[in-house]
Amino acid sequence: MRTKNTILFSFISTFFLIFLISIWKILSTLQGLSINSFNIEILFIFGFLISLAHLGIGGRVKSFYKSVIFSFIFVICDGYLIQKLPIWYNVGVFLIIYFFTNKISKYSFTSLKEEHSTQVILFDFLTLFGILFFSFVILFPFYMMLVTSFKTQIALLVNPLDFSINFGQDIKDLFKSYFVIFKSYKFGKYIVTSTIVSVGTVIITLLFAIPAAYAVARLNFFGKTFLSTSILIIYMFPAIVLVIPLYTIFSQLGLRNSIEGLLIVYTATTLPVAIYMLQGYFKSIPKELEEAAILDKLSWFGIITKIIIPLSIPAISSVALYVFMIAWNEFLFSLMFLDNPNSFTLSRAIQYLSGDAETPRQYLMAGSVVVTLPVLFIFVYFEKYLVSGLTAGSVKG
Amino acid sequence: MNDTLANTEKKTAYILTLPAVLLVFSIILFPIFANVWISFKEVELKDIRIPEPRAKKIVKSISDEPSKIKILYKLRNSSLIQEIRDVSFEDNFPKNFEIENLDSRCSYEKYHLKCEFGNWPPKYRENFQVIFATNNESKIDKKNLKSIKPKLDGKSDNILLNTNFTLKNFKKVLFENEFVDLILTTFYYTFFGTVGSIVFGILTAQMVNQKFYGRTFMRSVLLFPYVAPVVALAYTWELLLDPNSGTLNSLLLNYQIIETPINLLGQKYIEISILGFDFKLRLALTTVIMFEIWRYFPLAFLFILARLQAIPKELYEAADVDGASPFQKFFNITLPQITAVISILFMIRFIWNFNKFEDVFLLTGGASGTRTLPINVYQQGFAISDIGMGSAVSIVIVVLLLMFMFFYFKLLGKRVDEN
Repeated sequence: MRTKNTILFSFISTFFLIFLISIWKILSTLQGLSINSFNIEILFIFGFLISLAHLGIGGRVKSFYKSVIFSFIFVICDGYLIQKLPIWYNVGVFLIIYFFTNKISKYSFTSLKEEHSTQVILFDFLTLFGILFFSFVILFPFYMMLVTSFKTQIALLVNPLDFSINFGQDIKDLFKSYFVIFKSYKFGKYIVTSTIVSVGTVIITLLFAIPAAYAVARLNFFGKTFLSTSILIIYMFPAIVLVIPLYTIFSQLGLRNSIEGLLIVYTATTLPVAIYMLQGYFKSIPKELEEAAILDKLSWFGIITKIIIPLSIPAISSVALYVFMIAWNEFLFSLMFLDNPNSFTLSRAIQYLSGDAETPRQYLMAGSVVVTLPVLFIFVYFEKYLVSGLTAGSVKG
Repeated sequence: MNDTLANTEKKTAYILTLPAVLLVFSIILFPIFANVWISFKEVELKDIRIPEPRAKKIVKSISDEPSKIKILYKLRNSSLIQEIRDVSFEDNFPKNFEIENLDSRCSYEKYHLKCEFGNWPPKYRENFQVIFATNNESKIDKKNLKSIKPKLDGKSDNILLNTNFTLKNFKKVLFENEFVDLILTTFYYTFFGTVGSIVFGILTAQMVNQKFYGRTFMRSVLLFPYVAPVVALAYTWELLLDPNSGTLNSLLLNYQIIETPINLLGQKYIEISILGFDFKLRLALTTVIMFEIWRYFPLAFLFILARLQAIPKELYEAADVDGASPFQKFFNITLPQITAVISILFMIRFIWNFNKFEDVFLLTGGASGTRTLPINVYQQGFAISDIGMGSAVSIVIVVLLLMFMFFYFKLLGKRVDEN
C-alpha cells in the first residue's frame, strides 16, 4: 500500500509540476523568449526526484529550507545549464517550485499510510489542477485581448509570439490603438450611445416592472396566476424568432436606426425577468407595514414609493445591474436594427469594425477592451448584487 | 363594503400591470404570431418598404426674364414593384407669386398649388415643372423657396397586409434547405454544449466549494466569460485561433506539436485515427461548441455551487465517521443532492443553446458546417433577403421549442407530484 501510494503521489505531483511549469513557459514564450520545447522528460525526472526526496527527507529539515534548496537545484539545472534563459524567467521558476514544494509539504510517509490516501491525493491534486487550469483557460483570452491592444501591426507580424509591452515608450505610442479608435472610429460617440441605451433601459424597465411586480406580489386579481406563469414562458422565447417581424414592423414605422427602437425592444425583453425577480422580493416584505399605510390612507402610489421601494433597494439594485449588463452586452437586435454608423452601439461598432478585413487587429482588441472593461468593473465591484441577479435571472441565455 | 374594496384592488392591479403587459405582449407575443402570418407569404426584404411618392424640388432662375422663376419637381415612385394610387401633391409659395402655365391636373389658389396626379405605376418618374411670375425680382428668395417642402400623399397596398398565402416557404424549408443536416447540426451544438457546460459546472463548483486561498477571487474569475460582452470574447477567440498568425497556432508550431497550422474555425472536417479507426470530426462545429461551453459553464457553476453550499454539513460528517472515501462522498452524497438542479439546468441551457445566435454568427457566420437553425433564420431573412423563408424557419424553431417546453413541464409536474 505504501509503495503504491508513494509512486502514485510522485506521479501526480510531478504532473502537477509539469503543468505549472508549462503554463509559465507559455506565458514566457508570449513575452518574446524563444523556448522551443517544454522539455517534459527533464521536468518529469526532476519532479519525480523532488517528490521522492521530499518524502525521503521528511521532517528532518525545516520545510522552508527544504523548499529553497529544491528550488535552487531545479533552477540551476533547468535554467542555467540546460536552457540559458534570463533572470526573470528563473525567478518565476524558483517561485513555482517553492510554491509546489510548499503544497506537497503536508504529505509524508505516515500520511500516505492512512485510509483512502490514494483518493485524498487524487482529490487534492485535482482541485489544485482545476484551479490552475480554469484560471488559465478563462483569463488567457482576456489577457490576450489586453496585450494585443498595446501592440502594433508590424511588431505582431515580425514575431507573432512576442506580446511583451514596452513601457519605456511614449504614452501616446503605447495607447495608440485607443487614440485611433476614439479619433477615427468615433468610439466616444458609441460609448455615449451604449450608455444612454443601457441606462435608459434600466430606468424604463424599473418604471414598468416595480408597479407590475407589486401587483403580482400583493394584489388579488383575475388572471394573476396566468400572468406570473406566462412571464416565465415568454421569457424562454428567444430573440431570434422575434427578429424578422420586429424588423419589418420597425422598418415600416421608421423605428430602425433609432435609440427609441432599441429602448423599446430591450425594455420588453428584460421586463419579464425584472418582474419575476422583484415580485419574489416584494413577497418577503412584511405585510403589516402596508396595512398600517392603508390605515393612514396612503394610495398605492404612496405605498410603492414610500414603503416598498425604500425597503427593496438591494433587490432593485440587483435588477438594475443585471438589466444594465444585458442591455450593454446585447448584440442581436443592435445588429438587426442599426445600420447607420451614427446610431451604433459599442457592440455593433466593433462588429462593423471587424467587417472590414483591413482593420488591424489591435484596433479590434482595443475596442473589445473598451466594451468589456465597464462590465467587468461593475461586476467585480457589485458582485454580490449581480450574482443574486444572475441566479434569479438565469432563464436568460 | 368588502366587495368594493376587492373591486378597487382589482382595478389598481390592472392599472399597475397594464403598461408592462402591453409592452411585453406587443413586442414579444405579437411578433410570434406575426411570424406565422409572414411565413405563409412570399415576401422579400425589398418588399417591406412601403412605397412612397417622392419629389425633389429644384429652383431655377430664367436667364433673360429675372422676374420669373422656374421650379422643377422630379417626381418618382420610390418602389420598383408596387403601384401608388391617387397621388396628391401640395406646395406653398410666397405671396405675389403668380403662376404662368397651370397644368390641367392642378389648381392654384391663395398661393397654394394643389395637384392630383392619379396612379403611379412602379418605377414611375416624371419631371414636373411650373413657372411663376413675380412683380418684384429682388424679392425672390431662392433658399427660402427650396426650404418649403412639397407634401405628397398616395395610397398603396402593404404587401404584409394582403391575403395572398402560400405554402411555398414551408416546402422549401423542409425539402430544399438541407433540413436534416440543419437539425442535426443544431442538435449537436445544443446537446454537447449543454452537457459540456454542466460537466464543467460540476467540476468547478466542487472545486470552489473546498477551502483555499483566493477562493472569492476564483469565484469572480469563473464568472468572467458569462458577464463579458459576447462581441469582445468572440473576436478575441477568433484572433487566438486564427490559422495564419493566431496565438494558438503560433504556439503549437513553436513547440513543434503540429507541422502546419490548423484552421479551427474554417475547416469542416478533420480526420482523426484512434486505435486504428478513422474518425471524421466536425472541427469548426467542435470549436464553436468549445466556445459555447467556455462561455456558459459559469451559469451551471453558479447554480450548482449554491446548491452545494446548502447541503447540510452533517451528511459529510456522518460519512467521515463511517470512513467514506472522498469519491464515495462525492458519488453518494453530493451527486444525489444536485441532480434536481442539474435537470433544471439541463433544460434551461438546452432551450437557450438551441436558440443561440450571436456566438456562432460572430465566430464563423454559419460557415464550415456550423449552420444552426437560428443562423439559418438570419441567412434566409437577411443574407438571401427572403423574409418569408426566414419566418418559416423561425416557426420551426418555435414548434420545436414548444415541444421541449411541453416535455419539460410534464417532467417538472411529475417531480412535484413525487414530492
